[in-house]
Amino acid sequence: MKAVRFWGTRGSLPVALTVAGVRAKLAAALRAASGRAFASEAELERFLDGLPFATAGTYGGHSSCVELDTGGPDFFVCDMGSGLRPFGQSAAARRRGAGGQTFHIFQSHLHWDHIMGLPFFVPAFVPGNRVVIYGGHGELEAALRRQQEPPSFPVDFSVFCAAMQFVRLEPGRDYDVAGVRVRCLKQRHSGDSYGYRFESQGRAVVYSTDSEHPLVDPAHSGQFVDFFRDADLVIFDAMYSLADAISVKADWGHSSNVVGVELCQLAGARHLCLFHHEPVLDDAAIDGVLAETRRLEEITRRGAPLRVSAAYDGLEIAL
Amino acid sequence: MADRAPYTAATSGRPSRQAGARSRLAVQIASHRYADALVAAPVGGIDHVSAPHFEYALASMLAQAGNGALVLDFSGVDYISSAGLRVLMIAASKMKAQQGRLVVCSLRSVVSEIFAINRFHRVLTVKPTLADALEHVSPAALAAYRSADEGPAAP
Repeated sequence: MKAVRFWGTRGSLPVALTVAGVRAKLAAALRAASGRAFASEAELERFLDGLPFATAGTYGGHSSCVELDTGGPDFFVCDMGSGLRPFGQSAAARRRGAGGQTFHIFQSHLHWDHIMGLPFFVPAFVPGNRVVIYGGHGELEAALRRQQEPPSFPVDFSVFCAAMQFVRLEPGRDYDVAGVRVRCLKQRHSGDSYGYRFESQGRAVVYSTDSEHPLVDPAHSGQFVDFFRDADLVIFDAMYSLADAISVKADWGHSSNVVGVELCQLAGARHLCLFHHEPVLDDAAIDGVLAETRRLEEITRRGAPLRVSAAYDGLEIAL
Repeated sequence: MADRAPYTAATSGRPSRQAGARSRLAVQIASHRYADALVAAPVGGIDHVSAPHFEYALASMLAQAGNGALVLDFSGVDYISSAGLRVLMIAASKMKAQQGRLVVCSLRSVVSEIFAINRFHRVLTVKPTLADALEHVSPAALAAYRSADEGPAAP
């Protein structure tokens, strides 16, 4: 396992920067520059690097899609949110030679925001390609075909030219997929969801989104601690604040940054990546969540430090 | 006069093999009554394992407090997890439902910061000291506390 790339990091539905959002960033950058001139592009880049992420960048707005670079020729992807479209374009551009490409796609669940990218996935239209979609839900294939039926969409699933396959996985069982050990865990979410643990070449990555932790059952927490055990990276549903997740949004099927820190600390994981951002949060608000999460990790740390980051569209984490 | 009859609910959890687990999983709660305020003083770390024990022990305190006030003196609590915060939120809503009040006081710095990060200062009534908490409850509670604090007169 070499790296993880994030193509879509929002929860529930895609969002986009507004004119007001862009202007606010420009104003903040110009205020920071304070009339300064830049002698070179490199100097300008250094200045931009010194600005807060919420000013110089954006967390982006595509819904869930994460690529795992295993170092092998096959592609590994978690979820087919709207981020699958730019991922597909990137994968097509990385095509080498005349041979087909193989995509192993692991579905957390079948809610709209996690499947909406498939109709726009360019490699699925390429003859000779193979797209294998894995999941724990019995209705995996039916749900994906249904979203491309009239009146919801004009292009039928049968138009795909790639070989489309579906594989149902059983929780708790180890699978070998193109040399990567894969295990899934059933999670608490409306209609169920599945988290995935990928292990390869001494590295372990966990993808656990759309997963609520009820906090009343130590055995439930223990199950996730075991699943996250010693992971190099845990991609974690941190959609809500803890206060919301245990009150007004209890039973909505999502978790918080705080629970992410606690489970990762208990599991001895090395890196927590906050994921599935609440769509109403702007860049500054997510920056704030990240800063507070890092502080929480610092003041509650008992073992080795846990690195904490917040996923954004375009982020690449080397393993 | 304070009712000093001790009530103690002691619970314990088995040691965890999990990395980063709190060193103390036991939560002990001693309680005292000051007029219309019942003061409970948990000791230890409240984490995923001990939170259910904390919740169980707190249930009898909620019943005793009735429509009065339950003051949680957190001076002996060195850590609280999300599961512990959930217990506090539920306790506050139960006290409200029975026309009572829940006040938390004397947070250690780490616990205070955990509260702040989670905006629990807005969710719960939090006071710096036990005296502040009792003053918030009623003049009688504060007077009973001060009276008890002075102790019996020397013979």
